[in-house]
Amino acid sequence: MKICIQNGRVIDPASQLDIDNNVYIEDGRIVAIAEDLAGFDADIEIDAYNKIVCPGLVDLSARLREPGQEHTATIESETRAAAAGGITTLAVPPDTDPVIDTPAVVELIEDRAKKAGRTMVLTIGALTQKLNGELLAEMAALKAAGCVGVSNGVSEIKNTVVWRRALEYAATLDLTVFINAADPWLQKQGSVHEGTVSARLGLSGIPESAETIAVSRDLILIEQTGVRAHFHSLSTGKAVKLIREAQERGLPVTADVSAHHLHLCEHDLGNYDSFSHVMPPLRGVRDREQLKQGLRDGVIQAVSSHHQPLDADAKLGPFAETTPGLSALETLLPLTLKLVEDDEITLHQAIASLTCQPAAILGIDAGQLKVGASADICIIDADVQYDCQPSSFISAGKNSPFGGWLFQHQVSHTLFQGKVVYQRSA
Amino acid sequence: MQSNQLTESGQLRHFLTIEGLKRPLLTEIMDRAEQFSSISHRQVKKVPLLRGKTIINLFFENSTRTRSTFELAAKRLSADVMNFNISTSATSKGESLLDTLHNLEAMHTDMFVVRHDQSGAAEFIAQHVAPHVSVINAGDGCHAHPTQAMLDMFTIRRHKQDFANLRVAIIGDLLHSRVARSQIQALATLGVGEIRVIGPQTLLPRDSHTLGVHVYHDMASGLKDVDVIITLRLQLERMQGALLPSAREYFRCYGLTEEKLKYAKPDAIVMHPGPINRGVEIASSVADGPQSVILEQVTHGIAIRMAVMSMALASQSEQAEIE
Repeated sequence: MKICIQNGRVIDPASQLDIDNNVYIEDGRIVAIAEDLAGFDADIEIDAYNKIVCPGLVDLSARLREPGQEHTATIESETRAAAAGGITTLAVPPDTDPVIDTPAVVELIEDRAKKAGRTMVLTIGALTQKLNGELLAEMAALKAAGCVGVSNGVSEIKNTVVWRRALEYAATLDLTVFINAADPWLQKQGSVHEGTVSARLGLSGIPESAETIAVSRDLILIEQTGVRAHFHSLSTGKAVKLIREAQERGLPVTADVSAHHLHLCEHDLGNYDSFSHVMPPLRGVRDREQLKQGLRDGVIQAVSSHHQPLDADAKLGPFAETTPGLSALETLLPLTLKLVEDDEITLHQAIASLTCQPAAILGIDAGQLKVGASADICIIDADVQYDCQPSSFISAGKNSPFGGWLFQHQVSHTLFQGKVVYQRSA
Repeated sequence: MQSNQLTESGQLRHFLTIEGLKRPLLTEIMDRAEQFSSISHRQVKKVPLLRGKTIINLFFENSTRTRSTFELAAKRLSADVMNFNISTSATSKGESLLDTLHNLEAMHTDMFVVRHDQSGAAEFIAQHVAPHVSVINAGDGCHAHPTQAMLDMFTIRRHKQDFANLRVAIIGDLLHSRVARSQIQALATLGVGEIRVIGPQTLLPRDSHTLGVHVYHDMASGLKDVDVIITLRLQLERMQGALLPSAREYFRCYGLTEEKLKYAKPDAIVMHPGPINRGVEIASSVADGPQSVILEQVTHGIAIRMAVMSMALASQSEQAEIE
């Protein structure tokens, strides 16, 4: 199969490329980025005039609900949604059911993903068995089975001794540890940010110290153990500051932020809008600005979806009783590029934070447009105006607070391993 | 999804929170209650205003006093009343809460009076009821208890002429108090000059000042020259543990005694939403003393609830006529 993507604006942040050109694909790989390729007889021509051609997106955290909650969503349904969101690689956290703490679960997920064939699904293995926070998981076996890192998901490791040993063991195996930093006691007492909105609505608050205490503790142990670590979904400005200082000290730490934390804050809770119930909670306006600053400065390297599809019932109830999380695969790209529309970050920063930078965190060869690389490509319409309509999401989860938001950027095609896996209908 | 507690013409459709209501409406509720309060002194304590209407008291949280005053209020308006006490454990999931609701709605209910232990529950229910059904919030979690706030305003108005020149102090567990949140909004809307809250930091929400109050941690300065003192109930489970060391220590610092009452103006009134923990929030001598208006509050509760129920159902019939 030969494909030619014609006349697009080809942007590859990894190689600093930004040029109007054609991209030639053969046998699933990029064979040339050029004005012309003699003798290339394309089976499919894709007109990308006035469109951006960039690497397929790499998402550091998306829950697909399989295995364990197939009634909510499946690998089949969610990889379809990922393709529609321009995502060609995604990592799933270990908190499936059963937990990703044995090679068998890794194989099951990879098999199902291969069968779906729309996006690369990578697994992050469990740090402790069943994520119980007590006994170390068989990380060497998980690594051999293909896990790109280890994590305890959102389950806490209360015992500092276990936490230290887990980090040491991961360091021994040269595995990156992915951390959702939250002090369990401070976090569990609330459902929203502790601040003006929690005071007004009478909802129990989660103070910013829930995050900063955990990040501080973790940074000290990262320094002591020498492990490479990544912080998922920062929510507070103070945590950004702590990580900035750690990076300046030379610690091997990276961080991501969810697209929704870059756009929403505590005030978006409005009148108990359960779609804005997320964990970590939406913080103050100042936190949101400091997260953007962190992204601009490179303290935060990646924007991730933190996709959590839920069924309709999960959001139907009094606020604190609803399940936190939002369906985010299909809004990751338009929300991140909205920051470009708003002059918050440059187009190159935006695309880098969605492609080569998260790929580097996962330690994989993806997120780049280079000759010889797998043809994982996202083609973006850069100047369309459309209302976000969660009810027409491809994902099984329609739980999004962005309904009615006006977006300008839209995925028009997604190519995975040289195959067109998504094409927007006209 | 947003429920609007007002109709297009600005009448009460639901009564969920004081927030967003204007002063004339709060005054109208109190004026209406003033008319109803005379009924309680008649031989026949009934008016036929809500004859043929069905009101369901839907209580997901235990209550005797609030539920009985709502029931009495409805009966004095000649409505048919049913009481449902549903333990929250049976409806820990949203869908069964909705199921419960729709089942009761199918009995051609005109109004739900709802109490629930979750903040925002009344709002949630109002978003999901049929268009012809009114919802009255009888307390949702730590969020709002608007009829309690209005009966407190009514009581204050009976004793003090003008809200504008008043200094009001609210003492105690503001963090968990739906009563206090609604009181603060009502006092502010009615133009009270100064609203103070007094309590230890553990019982005050962070950023309390954004609610429009002045924060005090000691009774001597907090009560100085106030006209109205509102003591809040301290839930038993919060007296011991991480929020407070003991009931004894709370009483020592924040219990309203005759001695501490002297910091306030000599004609200050003392209020409490009830039920009282004697010797914890308030000394018996103050609760039963000449400045206490605590029992009046209970009496006024009936008139206020009659006012709110009749106004909400009147706006419903008005709406029905338009349609």
